[in-house]
Amino acid sequence: MDVSIYPGCSLDGTAKEYGESLEAITSMLGVNLHELKDWNCCGASSAHSMNNDLAVALAARNLGIADQMGMDLVVPCAACYQRLKVAEKRLVAGEKLEGVDNYDGKIHIKPLVDFLWDDVGEKQILSLLKKRLEGLNPVCYYGCLTARPPKITDAKSPENPMSMDEIMTCLGANVRQWSYKTDCCGGSLILTRPDIARTLIRKLLDMAEEAGADCVVAACPMCQSNLDGRQREISQESGKEYNVPIFYFTELMGLACGNPSVKKWLGRHVTDPRPLLTRKSLV
Amino acid sequence: MTVAELPQLVVPESSFKREVERLSGENVSTCFQCEKCTNGCPLHSWMDILPHRMMRCVQLGVKEEALRSDTIWVCASCETCTARCPNGIDIAHVMDTLRQISQRDHVPASQRSVPIFHNAFLGSIKRHGRVYEGAMAITYSFKNESWAGVFKLAGMGMAMFRKGKVNIIPKRVRSLGQIKDIFRRTELKG
Repeated sequence: MDVSIYPGCSLDGTAKEYGESLEAITSMLGVNLHELKDWNCCGASSAHSMNNDLAVALAARNLGIADQMGMDLVVPCAACYQRLKVAEKRLVAGEKLEGVDNYDGKIHIKPLVDFLWDDVGEKQILSLLKKRLEGLNPVCYYGCLTARPPKITDAKSPENPMSMDEIMTCLGANVRQWSYKTDCCGGSLILTRPDIARTLIRKLLDMAEEAGADCVVAACPMCQSNLDGRQREISQESGKEYNVPIFYFTELMGLACGNPSVKKWLGRHVTDPRPLLTRKSLV
Repeated sequence: MTVAELPQLVVPESSFKREVERLSGENVSTCFQCEKCTNGCPLHSWMDILPHRMMRCVQLGVKEEALRSDTIWVCASCETCTARCPNGIDIAHVMDTLRQISQRDHVPASQRSVPIFHNAFLGSIKRHGRVYEGAMAITYSFKNESWAGVFKLAGMGMAMFRKGKVNIIPKRVRSLGQIKDIFRRTELKG
């Protein structure tokens, strides 16, 4: 199966382990990823906060490239996904946008996690299963922008998405249900109002614990780095010890499918997930 | 959070509403104060004008208070309000529009760090076509809090570096001219 991918700026930096693990798992699943040629930043929250036309044009240029490549486009980052969908809706409505000469509009844009569950599918994933994620109790955290707003994202179930839950369940994890799947982690405020972001992160970590989870699984570089990287500060601030592993779903897929690079990916986390996996005899 | 003092008896003055509606393309007039936006807003505790009241401010022309508010700068664009508005108002986009009007009119941002961050972020895109995370964070921190800001960043930065997550050389878009064109044309429009 051939698809194009819009990696986004974090995948080679703060989300390196996401980039590495998604490449490994898609290759194991027989998916050929074609990186968009000479893609640019989607503009993220900063562009739409400051200048609408700039925000749409930055995202739209990438869709022009994807359209020419002619393959469905998968997006591993929630914020990138939403910005690309905003541009898509306007291009499909026939608007002429800066940065795009011609838009055919035959391609579909999908979040990576939905693509792996809906298009690659359970059968293919199970055919690779080497080690069931027995004993692991994750909650799945989707974040804001693959879900909202549904008229842009085309999310089937914006208040209760399930694709990541399904993948983790089929790999043998004991997925816990919680009400915070799409609650905001404060990602866009992490440098400007870190106090606010820490409060929102702490709520998510507390609610995961209350749901009986021992880890969180994420599908977005902003969500993961936000939840993973601030636990020491939150522990100091609150006097409660936070040490909750935050996985990318692709890392756990790699683990369950016996990929040899798992330890390298996990070594890049700020909150070390290896002790939990050792306790569960998963590494 | 302190709640903003808003004028008690306001005779509606529609020019602000017309401007916000024109720039955002949203029909703010349809807001009937059901408060769904506020009830779902994860940032409401840090807002001085709650989201539903902000819609009312736009309807009534309470412009100065709206543009000076914390609300427009602590809104994290999580889009919960937009997703749930029964009248289909893209409230998060109205917040964008209010930020843009306040910047255009040189209203000092109540949360000055936020527009500094956005400008550092956009500067990085303009230079490289992509965000060069490390340099962007340093630029923002310096502009926001001078050397003290950069110093605060150092711990996390070193940790990231040791984990192999900091690129020494930025990844650039090859057709950078196209990106500069997009900036030039959209800045002219804006």
